[in-house]
Amino acid sequence: MLLSEMKEGHTGIIVRVGGNGALHRRVLEMGLTRGSEIYVEKYAPLKDPIELIIKGYHISLRVKEAANITVDKVTP
Amino acid sequence: MHKKSITIALAGNPNSGKTTIFNNITGTRQKVGNWPGVTVEKKEGSVSKYGYDLKIIDLPGTYSLTPFSIEEIVARNFVLEESPDVVIDIIDASNLERSLYLATQLRELDCKVLFALNMADVAFSRGIKINADKLSELLDVPVVFTTGNKNKGITNLLKTAIKLAESTSNISPKRKVKYSKDIETSISKLQNFIKERVEQNFPYNIRWTAIKLLENDKIVRKRIRQKSENKSREILREVETHRKHLLSRFDEEPEIVMTDERYGFIAGIIKEIIKTSTKRRIDTSRNIDLVLTNRFIGFPIFILFIWIMFQTTFTAGSYPMEWLSSGVNWLSTILATSLPDSFLKDLLLNGIIAGVGSVIIFLPNILILFFFIAIFEDTGYMARAAFLMDKIMHLIGLHGKSFIPMLMGFGCSVPAIMATRTLESNKDRILTILITPFMSCSAKLPIYILLAGTFFSARAGTVIFSIYITGIVFSIITGRLFRSTLFKGADAPFVMELPPYRAPMIKSLIIHMWDRSKMFLKKMGGIILVGSIIVWMLTAFPRNINYSMNYNEEINKINTSSSFTGKQKKAAITKLKLNEKAEKAEKSFMGRIGKTIAPVFAPIGIDWRGSVALLTGFVAKEIVVSSLGILYAADETEETDEPDALKNALLSSEMTPLSALSLMVFVLLYLPCVATIATIRRETGSLKWTLFSIVYSTSIAWAAAFCVYQGGKVVGLS
Repeated sequence: MLLSEMKEGHTGIIVRVGGNGALHRRVLEMGLTRGSEIYVEKYAPLKDPIELIIKGYHISLRVKEAANITVDKVTP
Repeated sequence: MHKKSITIALAGNPNSGKTTIFNNITGTRQKVGNWPGVTVEKKEGSVSKYGYDLKIIDLPGTYSLTPFSIEEIVARNFVLEESPDVVIDIIDASNLERSLYLATQLRELDCKVLFALNMADVAFSRGIKINADKLSELLDVPVVFTTGNKNKGITNLLKTAIKLAESTSNISPKRKVKYSKDIETSISKLQNFIKERVEQNFPYNIRWTAIKLLENDKIVRKRIRQKSENKSREILREVETHRKHLLSRFDEEPEIVMTDERYGFIAGIIKEIIKTSTKRRIDTSRNIDLVLTNRFIGFPIFILFIWIMFQTTFTAGSYPMEWLSSGVNWLSTILATSLPDSFLKDLLLNGIIAGVGSVIIFLPNILILFFFIAIFEDTGYMARAAFLMDKIMHLIGLHGKSFIPMLMGFGCSVPAIMATRTLESNKDRILTILITPFMSCSAKLPIYILLAGTFFSARAGTVIFSIYITGIVFSIITGRLFRSTLFKGADAPFVMELPPYRAPMIKSLIIHMWDRSKMFLKKMGGIILVGSIIVWMLTAFPRNINYSMNYNEEINKINTSSSFTGKQKKAAITKLKLNEKAEKAEKSFMGRIGKTIAPVFAPIGIDWRGSVALLTGFVAKEIVVSSLGILYAADETEETDEPDALKNALLSSEMTPLSALSLMVFVLLYLPCVATIATIRRETGSLKWTLFSIVYSTSIAWAAAFCVYQGGKVVGLS
């Protein structure tokens, strides 16, 4: 499923990162690499952006950007 | 004896505590400026310690050295081109894995690098134990522990840096990132290919150059073309072959694969150096966020914070503002009585002191506002504000962080535009700068109060409110319009770290405030001074005016006449004096210009007096009111029997409610004051954008006022 479809409090493993060049690379450089565990901390009050925990730190992505990331093994 | 000087560059992620360490080393002996050609802040400071002159450069905080953002380009170019003696990479120990990404990139560059593991105490309290010796051994880099906010480990850090700078040993070629077999093969083949074709004195490390070329790094490609003109085509063709090969091999761009592999390499290091204990402490930051970015109370709290910031800035700020303004008045009264009447006195009093004085009184507001901004930034709340507001701001095509500057625009555009520095993307920054002046600043309020109060007395509040709304609407339209035309293309990725909350440090807050105020004061001495003098000259010249009557004679006549009572005499003389002033203004260069351009303003219902007043508003918007006062010969300054002299003068003039409304709309949107223009020039770093902003806002103002005036006429308003 897509990262943008994950619910608050769920954990998943990143399997694919897509998107255009700049965004793709930026997302990777911030540590959202294949195989990393990702946790959905919360959605902003207006449902966009999303706050995530990756590699022990907090990062936020717009929902549209998160839709480029595919996750697997999603567990609550 | 001359001491040896060593240049030390501080690199690191944003929020790694880099600036705190920089402040601790340099104290107040720091110079803040811009990196050449860009509006990224450059901070440097010098200290003499341990027998050396240390020059410390604070590089912009970056997550990587891929040249995407200006910050990254600036940081990388400095390390590459200026070759500092040592680069200290400040690593947030509680965020080790991501921090090591930049560290490995620095390691790949041919520079002497040293790691400062900062805030290891925070990491420890989260149950993370770091084996620094192992890290040092694995990457072959000296590692030092520091605690920036407690000023611990700084001495050791500097001593290690000096030792490293003085050591002559070559940087070991090993212990760098090792990529997968296919990539390593391409790297070494390309390395040999390049080595055979470039000059002996090729400035960069060849392996690094090969890696960057494989990653399709635009800047390195350009350098190759510059440094080895004839062979560059050959090299770049070879690079293309390797890139194609890797693309077919991995089914993904080589730069993506290599980023992935760097993280893989880092994961390996992490496994060896970190011990995580099972006991998990409570994460304070997450608990704070349960409240501050809460679905229900997150917004109300945000609005409360902003309200407090605004209230303090403009309410508490109004007291020192009054002191300053009475100081300015006191100075001009002293000078007025002590200096003999002369041309220079007029220039000094009515030109320089009046002009600069009217702007310098904003200093307290700016200090307070930036105190709050510094708190928001230093605690980490700014990122949360952007997190909350991004959805709304994105509708206008802007970043969540644009909200704060735009909101501050209601106070004063100068600090608001200065606050756009918190935006990382240049596009967002320029777009925000262009639309911020549409947020009606507080200096325009007296104009609305006068005009709306005069012509719409009962509904003045509603009218003023609508004017403010109009400004917001125009900023939204402009934002959307520019985003789909001038700033076309994909939005900058939002991808933003939400750093842990930290207690702000007084020292850094004060340094931050002081920097901004210095910038503001410097501008006073420059462009605003010149602007004030020019406007004064235009109103003060020509000196010898052919008055329609001899005012002095008339005044004497009244004085000697016996047909008036004392009170009547006084009133008549005041009236004459005001008429003289009005005629002087009318016949000055400014008045002539006003009359010349009056035809331009005729279709929007503004007469020549209005035009002149608008022109003087260029210095500061407050002046529009006093100009109207002079031109309509209304006495507002001295005590008279009529408290609303200007109001009555306006009501009895040919100005109508409709033309007043048109004038207000024009004031709302037309070119910003000279201080704002100077700030736009400084913050965009481009004359082109500055001129664009002036032309755009003024044409929009005219068009909008035209619609109001002519449209109003059509529907039968007057």
